[in-house]
Amino acid sequence: MTEPDDKLHWLVRPETIKKLWWGGCLLLALTVLAQFVFGFEGYFGIDGWFGFGAVFGFLSCLAMVLFTKGLGYLLKRPENYYDPVDHDD
Amino acid sequence: MTDFSPALIMLAAALVIALTRGTLRTAVLMIAPVVTLWAVWQIEDGVQASLFFLDYVIEPVEGSPLRRLFATIFAGMALLGGLFAYRTAKWQELAAAYAYSAGAIGVSFAGDLITMFLFWEIMALFSTVIVWCGGTPAARTAGIRYAIMHLSGGVILKVGIEGLAIQTGSVDIRPLLATDFNTWMILAGLLINAAAPPVSAWLADAYPESSATGTVFLSAFTTKTAVLALILLYPGESVLIGIGLYMIMHGIIFALLENDARRILAYSIINQVGFMVCAIGIGTEMALNGAAAHAFAHIIYKALLMMSAGVVLYRTGKSRCTELGGLYRTMPLTCICGIIGALAISSFPLTSGFTTKTLISQAAADQQLLWTYLLLTAASAGVFLHAGIKYPWFVFFQKDSGLRPKDAPWNMGLAMVIAAAVCILLGVFPDLLYPLLPYEMDYHPYKAGKVIFYLQLLLFSGLAFFILLPLMKRTETISLDTDWLWRRLGVSIALGIGRVMGFFGGLLTSQRKNVQGSVKQFTVNYLGQPHTADSEERSIFGRSWQIGTTALWIALLLSAYILVYYR
Repeated sequence: MTEPDDKLHWLVRPETIKKLWWGGCLLLALTVLAQFVFGFEGYFGIDGWFGFGAVFGFLSCLAMVLFTKGLGYLLKRPENYYDPVDHDD
Repeated sequence: MTDFSPALIMLAAALVIALTRGTLRTAVLMIAPVVTLWAVWQIEDGVQASLFFLDYVIEPVEGSPLRRLFATIFAGMALLGGLFAYRTAKWQELAAAYAYSAGAIGVSFAGDLITMFLFWEIMALFSTVIVWCGGTPAARTAGIRYAIMHLSGGVILKVGIEGLAIQTGSVDIRPLLATDFNTWMILAGLLINAAAPPVSAWLADAYPESSATGTVFLSAFTTKTAVLALILLYPGESVLIGIGLYMIMHGIIFALLENDARRILAYSIINQVGFMVCAIGIGTEMALNGAAAHAFAHIIYKALLMMSAGVVLYRTGKSRCTELGGLYRTMPLTCICGIIGALAISSFPLTSGFTTKTLISQAAADQQLLWTYLLLTAASAGVFLHAGIKYPWFVFFQKDSGLRPKDAPWNMGLAMVIAAAVCILLGVFPDLLYPLLPYEMDYHPYKAGKVIFYLQLLLFSGLAFFILLPLMKRTETISLDTDWLWRRLGVSIALGIGRVMGFFGGLLTSQRKNVQGSVKQFTVNYLGQPHTADSEERSIFGRSWQIGTTALWIALLLSAYILVYYR
């Protein structure tokens, strides 16, 4: 961005983004720590482990993104892939 | 007490919408769904009307809590979509949309398979018109593929229905299991409309080609009607668990690959319907309640998401993530409504997604289906990834695309605000919806431990999104889905067959010409009668022979005959 910081929308100024990251991390920590107060026994045992939701959520997303990235090499095509071509030639 | 299908009100409204203009049309657009809603709630439980057709008992109107629930949301969605669309959509699209919703409401109350099939085909026809109303060459070809898919699905369904009618003598709608050819055909016909594999690509192919308003209607009816039909006909059919889980993952993965915002949302329909199909496969009362409640909530928040994407398309003419970004500056209402829809689809606490989708997870847990439960939970994280964050992030935030479009027109804004309000209302007061579900249940979604679990799951998915953002850089590409089979492989095979046939055709033609040439030459040489009196120039058998030569030949032949005869 070539615009000076004070001309940027407040939401995209670097200091706001820094605050959002800190706030977000605090929120994440709180949701995990809250499990000390509000226990969740889970339905199968394993899902009641401390921080299971956090770890499982993060790892599932990691797995899905990596799988998608790999699949992308196989399946991605240019946007005009299906455009009509002259089949008469 | 009423004995006519409320679908007829919407059909009549569609006709009037097609014939009128201006204020009168707007009035019909707004009033007809309200009258339909009233009529829906006049239908009592059980068969309300029956007649005979070709020795079969036809039951065009049968009431039950489940049927009323679906008809309510279909009529409500027509009203909401009508409000969203009426100032910008073509009259053909509006009329088709109301006829399309009439089809969905007709299926909701169909007591027999023949009535169901009739309204099923009405839906196929008029939804095709909506796809065509996209107005682009791409919409035209996508509409043709869409129509072929749904008419073929209709044929498969019809084969199953007729087989079942002959086998059992009844066309009544009742719980079945896929045990033989007929019941498998009916199941396959229903699953095609539910966008199940291997043909799920029809949805992501056709819906995003419709207009900014058309997608709102399309997202509501076809797949959810199939969900209703599956609840009525195949509750507890365990094959649906696997199909549903596949749909859930297919939707997530392809939505992550996708660049077009409306196609991302189309893939997330496949994902969400997967949750419902899986619940129907589990088949307990809790699971079927979950499928019905989730369908109800899904129609509203998916319409909300499609509306926000529709407003962006309407204002900017763009739908690709690579061309969008930073729209929160000038479109705050659309942005906030889009975020509410995105939170609801991600089943964030205090939204309708949380109070409905957790019913399905609860049902899986009650049945001790560990892997199903874990996959559903992973999928909830995945939904937040692909629809909950990816969609609003790339459209409204991401980078500054330089676009400064105006926010939504008042009617589109109002429709979005109503939908967003319902998403939150059902999330905060789930007891508004739970009594309408088909089975009684004692379920409390808001237990502190469970809310914390879901917050962990979703917020850490969010963390994963922002950490992995470099891996998800949008590219100007499309991804091959199963529609490649008929758009490329099928076409190539057809062209290949054409080429082989052409080769043999050419070979035959050249051989025929050779034979023709030889025969002609032979004829000219031996039998020909050239236009000349000079017998020397004539061919051998065409010449005039001297009388003596002829007499000699006759004598020779007669002698040969006598020799052979008396030997």
